[in-house]
Amino acid sequence: MSLLKCENLSFAYDGVTVVSNLNFSVEEGNYLCIIGENGAGKSTLIKGLLRLKKPSAGRVEMGEGLRATEIGYLPQQTQIQKDFPASVREVVLSGCLNRMGLRPFYSRVEKERAREKMEALEILDLQDQCYRDLSGGQQQRVLLARAMCAAHKLILLDEPVSGLDPVATRSLYAQIARINETTGLTVIMVSHDIDASLRYASHILHLGQEGQLFFGTQKEYLRSAVYHEFLGDSAAPMWKHDFPNRLGRPAPREEAEPTETERQVRVQSGKKSSRRIRSGKAASAKPTEAAETAKPAEAAETVKPAEAAETAKPAETAETAKPEKPAEAEETAKRPVAATGTAPELTKGGEAAADAQKISEKSSGKESGQASEKSSGKESEGI
Amino acid sequence: MFHLVIEMFSYPFMVRALLVGALIALCAAVLGVTLVLKRYSMIGDGLSHVGFGALAIASAMNAAPLLVAIPVVVAAAFFLLRLRETSHVKGDSAIALISTGALAVGVMVVSMTTGMNTDVYNYLFGSILSMSGSDVWITVLVSLVVLALFAFFYHRIFAVTFDENFTQATGIPAATYNSLIALLTALVIVIGMRMMGSLLISSLVVFPAMTSMRLCRTFRSVMISSAIVSVVCLVLGLVISYLYATPTGASIVICNMTAFIIYAVIAKIKGLD
Repeated sequence: MSLLKCENLSFAYDGVTVVSNLNFSVEEGNYLCIIGENGAGKSTLIKGLLRLKKPSAGRVEMGEGLRATEIGYLPQQTQIQKDFPASVREVVLSGCLNRMGLRPFYSRVEKERAREKMEALEILDLQDQCYRDLSGGQQQRVLLARAMCAAHKLILLDEPVSGLDPVATRSLYAQIARINETTGLTVIMVSHDIDASLRYASHILHLGQEGQLFFGTQKEYLRSAVYHEFLGDSAAPMWKHDFPNRLGRPAPREEAEPTETERQVRVQSGKKSSRRIRSGKAASAKPTEAAETAKPAEAAETVKPAEAAETAKPAETAETAKPEKPAEAEETAKRPVAATGTAPELTKGGEAAADAQKISEKSSGKESGQASEKSSGKESEGI
Repeated sequence: MFHLVIEMFSYPFMVRALLVGALIALCAAVLGVTLVLKRYSMIGDGLSHVGFGALAIASAMNAAPLLVAIPVVVAAAFFLLRLRETSHVKGDSAIALISTGALAVGVMVVSMTTGMNTDVYNYLFGSILSMSGSDVWITVLVSLVVLALFAFFYHRIFAVTFDENFTQATGIPAATYNSLIALLTALVIVIGMRMMGSLLISSLVVFPAMTSMRLCRTFRSVMISSAIVSVVCLVLGLVISYLYATPTGASIVICNMTAFIIYAVIAKIKGLD
């Protein structure tokens, strides 16, 4: 049973729908990042998940184990808090209230819990200082400690690093990731920081003006057309790096090395990709097809050179890939569409993939063997 | 001078005034911290004007003043403190609307019935002589209830003041505690209005909190300091009013202002601003 499940969820303000038809679920231990443009409804969704706002349609279903008193929340800071005369300890302790029922005063248990959280976030030495005298980063850590006191199963973070300098930002993300890894606390985070979201998240929910654009694992998202459209050309450089797991461990290799057909596809479509593999002759072939497939296909294909580059055994794979060409052609064609069944924007990518398939099937009959050997050789040099 | 003070204590009305006043000051001070931090500083003013209107109507109907005033002021407090940010009439303008509206209604009723007499003057500016025996008991009882409830729910009131969204999000019914604050505020305003007057009761709510926040670093110390400052200023103000025959409410407020200035200067010297 999922910890949290949303079905056909919509929210509206004054009768105007701001986010519609969301379908996703969160399991225990997940780290879900909610990303999207401004105005896509991310904060509204968070408020809805916390029951601060009623949905206009659909529902939020909490799994059996989850009650409202087991959820922690790190909201965006309001002006009142910035000038509030309270000590850090008082603020953090206020997160323990949700488990106290009607008991008026904090017991040793709560005080100990608050102390643990403060220690984990390295703010224990600040515990008697006034909240308003702290820097932005310290205030955020105090609020995070408070959220952790309240969070027994799930924590929701609404833009936790807005207004923080890069050092404080990195430190906060690392701490959240560590908490998720070590205690298995489920994390749902709204962030504008794509880089960090992709680095740490296990799942991504991408909201657009039209509604939900993507929901799935981080790996699927990185291969999706939505991701590339969202970031445009700036998506390309990111593929030089392999996103490690949350605490710096490299991500495991899952799929077979799909090097052969992609290179063929790239060769056929020419232009940018040809620069990378430096196979001049083959690159000029079929410019019209290149024009048709245009950006989405290129985007889908730039996925593959990076994977190919980092496999570190392009020569071997070129050989092993030959007999598997048709199967791989289908695989690569399917990949952009495989990311999610719910995203309408992927029809474009789907067409591109179909074209890519056509091209690769054509080329598999021709001098592909030679071209691919050339390109594989050049690629291992070039990249 | 000293023997004058001793003499003062021999008058029952003074003893009543000091006792009741101290309790009211205590209640107003601790509630004031919450209200000031929630940016509802003017609510004391708004509610006291509503109280004035209610008292005017009560005396026109020859009904017991407190019996009419308490429900009306409690209703107004609930209305004002339960307004959410999404409503079209925001907090401060709602207070202004209700405050001036109620005052006008009160003045109208008064002019159509009894006219401006001492009673009405006392409603506006307060009078230490207004405390009868039964009034004292009611006031003491209500004050103790307010203080007990506040102490019992102290941490939750803090949570709701500091961050209402968080409190609601983590499963605590913030609306309930907001209603509680509204109720306690209304009670304090009504019992304090007899002595301080409609126009000046809000000073008891706002001044001690603002004074303490100049210097204090934790919520608990702000509370304790507000309580102490409030009671000290009230007693001083009463004594001055007795000794120099100055209006009571105004004397107390001037003592509060002095305390504020002293704290602000100390804070400046310590470089805390």
